[in-house]
Amino acid sequence: MPVRLKKTEMPRQAPEIRRKNFKEVALGYSVEDAVKEAQRCLQCKNPQCVKGCPVGVKIPEFIKLIAEKDFYGAARKIKETNSLPAICGRVCPQEEQCEKYCILAKKGEPVAIGRLERFAADWEREKGIEKPEKPQKLGKKVAVIGSGPAGLTAAGDLAKLGYDVTVFEAFHEAGGVLVYGIPEFRLPKAIVKQEVEYIKSLGVDLKTNHVIGKVLTIDELFEMGYEAVFIGSGAGLPKFMGIPGENLNGVYSANEFLTRTNLMKAYNFPETDTPIKVGRKVAVVGGGNVAMDSARCAIRLGAEEVYIVYRRSEEEMPARLEEVENAKEEGIIFKLLTNPVKILGNDEGWVKGIECIKMELGEPDESGRRRPVPIKGSEYVIDVDTVIIAIGTSPNPLIPRTTPGLNTQKWGGIVADEETGKTSKEGVYAGGDIVTGAATVILAMGAGKKAAAAIHEYLQKK
Amino acid sequence: MFKILKRKDLADTIKLFEIEAPLVAKKAKPGQFVILRIKEGGERIPLTIADYDGEKGSVTVIFQEVGKTTKDLGKLNEGDFISDFIGPLGTPVEFPHHKRVLAIGGGVGVAPLYPKVKMLHNQGAEVISIIGAKTADMLILEEEMKAVSDQLFICTDDGTKGHHGFVTDVLKDILSKDTEFDEVIAIGPPIMMKIVANITRPYKIPTMVSLNPIMIDGTGMCGGCRVTVGGETKFACVDGPAFDGHLVDFDELMRRQTMYKSEEQKSLALAEERGEHKCRLD
Ligand SMILES: Cc1cc2nc3c(=O)[nH]c(=O)nc-3n(C[C@H](O)[C@H](O)[C@H](O)COP(=O)(O)OP(=O)(O)OC[C@H]3O[C@@H](n4cnc5c(N)ncnc54)[C@H](O)[C@@H]3O)c2cc1C
Ligand SMILES: Cc1cc2nc3c(=O)[nH]c(=O)nc-3n(C[C@H](O)[C@H](O)[C@H](O)COP(=O)(O)OP(=O)(O)OC[C@H]3O[C@@H](n4cnc5c(N)ncnc54)[C@H](O)[C@@H]3O)c2cc1C
Ligand code: SF4
Ligand code: SF4
Ligand code: FES
Repeated sequence: MPVRLKKTEMPRQAPEIRRKNFKEVALGYSVEDAVKEAQRCLQCKNPQCVKGCPVGVKIPEFIKLIAEKDFYGAARKIKETNSLPAICGRVCPQEEQCEKYCILAKKGEPVAIGRLERFAADWEREKGIEKPEKPQKLGKKVAVIGSGPAGLTAAGDLAKLGYDVTVFEAFHEAGGVLVYGIPEFRLPKAIVKQEVEYIKSLGVDLKTNHVIGKVLTIDELFEMGYEAVFIGSGAGLPKFMGIPGENLNGVYSANEFLTRTNLMKAYNFPETDTPIKVGRKVAVVGGGNVAMDSARCAIRLGAEEVYIVYRRSEEEMPARLEEVENAKEEGIIFKLLTNPVKILGNDEGWVKGIECIKMELGEPDESGRRRPVPIKGSEYVIDVDTVIIAIGTSPNPLIPRTTPGLNTQKWGGIVADEETGKTSKEGVYAGGDIVTGAATVILAMGAGKKAAAAIHEYLQKK
Repeated sequence: MFKILKRKDLADTIKLFEIEAPLVAKKAKPGQFVILRIKEGGERIPLTIADYDGEKGSVTVIFQEVGKTTKDLGKLNEGDFISDFIGPLGTPVEFPHHKRVLAIGGGVGVAPLYPKVKMLHNQGAEVISIIGAKTADMLILEEEMKAVSDQLFICTDDGTKGHHGFVTDVLKDILSKDTEFDEVIAIGPPIMMKIVANITRPYKIPTMVSLNPIMIDGTGMCGGCRVTVGGETKFACVDGPAFDGHLVDFDELMRRQTMYKSEEQKSLALAEERGEHKCRLD
């Protein structure tokens, strides 16, 4: 039987319906879909797909188990190297990673590795995850700062090794970007909650409402008896553009807009207490996942017209392909090769428009992407009443500033060894966005894993 | 969960809570604030640390009931718990070399003023304080302020106590005779702080104000609290909340504070409607 060139479709909520709710867009494979898709995999002897996965998920092996309908087995196989498959299956940029290298991608579409990973993880979750055995305690305390994917992974691995792990989280809820940034319709919060509960069931003590650098410093954690510290505090500081009008009423950073919407559940306002202002017409500046999420939240919150304003072309957009397509289907209007120069306000200081200039692609820049150059005299105004700036984030200086001996990069990231997460300060490890700058969930997880192993080695020798 | 150890009603709509939060109490310094959330689904709101007791492990906040969350908070009693209490946030203020300071507090702004005056007093500085309120019943911390000030002037808008008029009248009066101050500290409604800054500017007396833009996280991650100071954008929750009053764009602050006016009214209206239904059911 010849191999089918196309992925098995995954059912999704229809665009006209989903643009009015915050429920998950992609509905996941049925058992039949999953088995059918798993059968597409050629079970390569030298699987290229695995090389594309930052944590080396045993892809052909888990897919084979799905084809054999051993879904538990498949989930366990994935979890050998990836502790958050329900999340990664949903949010990994697969087209850049595992699926990019799948042999089938040469002729047609790759095996839908992400969808299969999600299927196995969901199946296990619905049937009930086995209670983990409580590991033998080593009697050593380790502190983890931040409860995003990096922190959660490090905490889980260290707890499994027998350490007494405490996670300190600044927010009132654990999960990092997974709860405050990525919206419910892409990653249901119940899934994140379950992962957090799982980590807690391993004996990890989760302390929310603890801003490290303020309430306790890293040196104080050592004084309290913690023998090693992992920093996974992310890159949460919003960047603004520095153009006129950015402080007008109606201008948000994507962080604020998404935090209000997702973490504070402003989509349920006034049932919940935190308000959000969406307006009728919204411009989102940027072309990454954060921009797509902001735009799609804005549509769901009732905006009539939502624009993505991005200075390069679609090809250079860093967002996940699937989400760009979803956004288009939901009616988001893409203004590509367009750069904002000024935000215009009315007499009362509210946004009334955004002045943009058209761009063309010139020579490649340091990143290898062609540099956008403004076309003289091409300025024009888009009428909007809300502007959301989603042009990136940088690390919060709170921890570096209060931790003597911890070296940072010029742009604020903590200097850490790529393989171990070891920093310039004895006993302190770091990983995730705080080291790499804004990246991906799976890379943050991978960093948490490596650091946990390195911390174990360090504490065994100590 | 954080326990309310003590509740004291300072005025009809102004309440003092002492909250059990040992770690925050140990670290708190004058000029810092907390963010609290009463319960699941609640809003995160900032309140200044009005006092703290490291040994007892408690933090005092004083708040005025102005909307949904502060009214919900005002319904809680001693022994009740609030779900989240985060701090100490913001940059502490220090005046290591000040000898003579003029402190001005308007309305509930006296609460954030008090720990600063107390610190100055304990350092041996001379402090002249002016506190004001709409009416005598709404005047707070009079005794406490008296205890740490060398002179205390009182004003009420309606003349029910002390000087009949604004704190800024008294300020003008004092400055016309005596300008030997290392600093003027003004905390109150933005319009009051703006006027104070305008009055002290020609005298070139350094003037510190404490800003209260709308906040969410209080750690620098949302940028919602941005204010313009000296032409630069600052995040009040980490760079402040105290700033040089001569450099603050108060008009922008006041404009940004009104961003959710209609939503705030909606939220309150819904709560009141539900409150009524409850009463009828009872
Ligand atoms: C809107 C959005 C959409 C995204 N979409 C995708 C996607 O589809 N796919 C993908 O792979 N990646 C995506 N990303 C990127 C991905 O989420 C991040 O790379 C990843 O979450 C980084 O993990 P982390 O653990 O390093 O940090 P974070 O997830 O940022 O977690 C850091 C945690 O540390 C806490 N913290 C910070 N400072 C302190 C402190 N001083 N004390 C205590 N706690 C502190 C924070 O509150 C936070 O909870 C997206 C990011 C955003 C913002
Ligand atoms: C650093 C700082 C310290 C403060 N200290 C005190 C204090 O010691 N005592 C006190 O009574 N008040 C203080 N405030 C103001 C207090 O936070 C607001 O009164 C409170 O958030 C109002 O919430 P609400 O739901 O009751 O009213 P709402 O009806 O929601 O709002 C009423 C007004 O309060 C302001 N406000 C609303 N939400 C927020 C928010 N999340 N953050 C900040 N302001 C908001 C807005 O200007 C709004 O117009 C402080 C504010 C800041 C920023
Ligand atoms: S973790 Fe991500 S990159 Fe790795 S196999 Fe799963 S979806 Fe692909
Ligand atoms: S490369 Fe593609 S076909 Fe080959 S094992 Fe990996 S997923 Fe299967
Ligand atoms: S409150 Fe979010 S940055 Fe200040």
